[in-house]
Amino acid sequence: MTAIISRFPASSLKAISMQIRLRRLPALGAVFFLWLLGAPMAHATLNIEIFGGGATQIPIAIVPFAAEERLGQGITPVVGADLHRSGLFRLVPPGGLRPHEPIEVVYPDWVNRGAAALVIGSTTTLPGGQVAIRVQLMDVARQVQLASYAETVPAEQLRAAAHRIADMIYEKLTGDVGVFSTRIAYVVKDGKKYSLQVADADGFNSQPVIEYTEPIISPAWSPDGTRLAYVSFENKKPVVYVQTLATRSRKAVANFKGSNSAPAWSPDGKKLAVVLSLMGGSQIFLVKADGSGMQRLSQSSGIDTEPSFSPDGRYIIFTSDRGGSPQIYRMAVTGHPSSAAERLTFEGNYNVSPDYSPDGKSFAFIHRSGDRFNVAVQDFATRQVQLLTDSKFDESPSLAPNGKIILYATEIRGRGILSAVSSDGRTRQQLSTQAGDIREPAWGPLRRPR
Amino acid sequence: MKRVLCVLLIGLLSACASKTPKPGADVEDKSVGTTRSAAEASQGRQAEPSLNPLTDPSNVLSRRSVYFDFDSYVVKDEFRSLVVAHAHYLRDNPSARVLLQGNADERGSREYNLALGQRRADAVRHAMTLSGARESQIESVSLGEEKPRATGHDEASWAENRRTDIRYQGE
Repeated sequence: MTAIISRFPASSLKAISMQIRLRRLPALGAVFFLWLLGAPMAHATLNIEIFGGGATQIPIAIVPFAAEERLGQGITPVVGADLHRSGLFRLVPPGGLRPHEPIEVVYPDWVNRGAAALVIGSTTTLPGGQVAIRVQLMDVARQVQLASYAETVPAEQLRAAAHRIADMIYEKLTGDVGVFSTRIAYVVKDGKKYSLQVADADGFNSQPVIEYTEPIISPAWSPDGTRLAYVSFENKKPVVYVQTLATRSRKAVANFKGSNSAPAWSPDGKKLAVVLSLMGGSQIFLVKADGSGMQRLSQSSGIDTEPSFSPDGRYIIFTSDRGGSPQIYRMAVTGHPSSAAERLTFEGNYNVSPDYSPDGKSFAFIHRSGDRFNVAVQDFATRQVQLLTDSKFDESPSLAPNGKIILYATEIRGRGILSAVSSDGRTRQQLSTQAGDIREPAWGPLRRPR
Repeated sequence: MKRVLCVLLIGLLSACASKTPKPGADVEDKSVGTTRSAAEASQGRQAEPSLNPLTDPSNVLSRRSVYFDFDSYVVKDEFRSLVVAHAHYLRDNPSARVLLQGNADERGSREYNLALGQRRADAVRHAMTLSGARESQIESVSLGEEKPRATGHDEASWAENRRTDIRYQGE
């Protein structure tokens, strides 16, 4: 309880925090099913199921916007689904109440319904088909407007606008950056076909980037979100490619003798750390984003792999078996091959797949205990480890750009699915498609303001 | 005779390509590796020069898989004679070329498993070069956990997938 309150901007939201304390749900561990049924899709849509949460959720009522029913694509259902999926919000049904302007809001009605926050708005279809959207976020207890938002978008961008509205609400009420407008990448194996796909963070609008009958692994977003690096086995061995999403043009950036894998972008987007077996073993090298200027970074007689850059680009953390078992190490990126690295993980004999947090203060990774492989986070300063999942075969943790959610691959009944867990371990979601094995998730960067 | 060889070769290839695990065959695989020496193998080849020793089921050279423990790339003693037999074949046939494909079971990190598969292929290559094969005859690559021979999610399948396969050029 105290943890979530401390996240709020202290000044304006005391009232809401009090409201939550009164209204806390007893149902910690309750299971929610959220079926995201939307417009007909050209590609498979991800379904999302949510577990846990409850105790500290913000009760929020979202009133359907004026004239929204005339649009081909609803806005408030998308906003509601986004907020619910974050695990931090509980949706309060508005019943028959339909205020669209602040002056129409009768606050005691919403207090009685248990809402701490209220979202109202309107839509106007302009000549030419554009849609003008206006939104207000109200604090029910204090009876004041917390934020307002206005945007005019083409009809085909209503989902994107809804994600931006959800981001605005999330930011106002939690103090964190929202990630509903971001994209994710992942690999789907369906029969003998492998496809690398990109989708919105809610699983909609999935688009294949490439499709092959040979494995694809390790997608990595460029920091500006315009390119994906990945490893393809199409030439009977692992080769690292960089593909520009808008043009679909691509280039092999690491195709040396032996295996080429594990691409990781430097924060400035100019270089990639890759793992090559060119000089024996598996070692970490740097190449420029066009594949030129290869230089060796790590120097050990064992396996060094899975590099991940610190946000400032000065360090990489990586997996190495130099101590006899796979553990996570950190080394400085100096431009010279170095064997000097600091060991970070000491619990257990299998710690792999590190991902640096966006604030540089912690990292997510996979920890094996017994026969279970689980998502964990470790704080750099305290070295404290927190296990976040209790499933059996978790892989490939990827932190959201606000550091609050970790997307990872797991499996249910032998089928690969994507799952997400809040970085405090309190809420979990499952993402799954109707068919195929899903794996290798990578959460894309925040979208830059247009 | 040629036709017989052809049939044998096709049989072997389809056995390799088969996705279903064959536990019986694996057990045999390992026991043969421990009981037959390299000397026996080359004697067999000399005694029947018309039969391809690489595909003759009674020859140790027809055994092509070296198995490993979890998270290990140490060539176990029970596979030493198998590796030595192939090394001697390469030594005695300088034009022969071999591709070593390292594999890993599905558990844990795909990238770490890719590196582990590379180490498993490199370990067999190293053992072969110590027994007379030339570096130039051998290429070692990794398929990681991406090309499982056994597709189950149990210890038997995992054990089957922790291996290095020896493939001769032209096969």
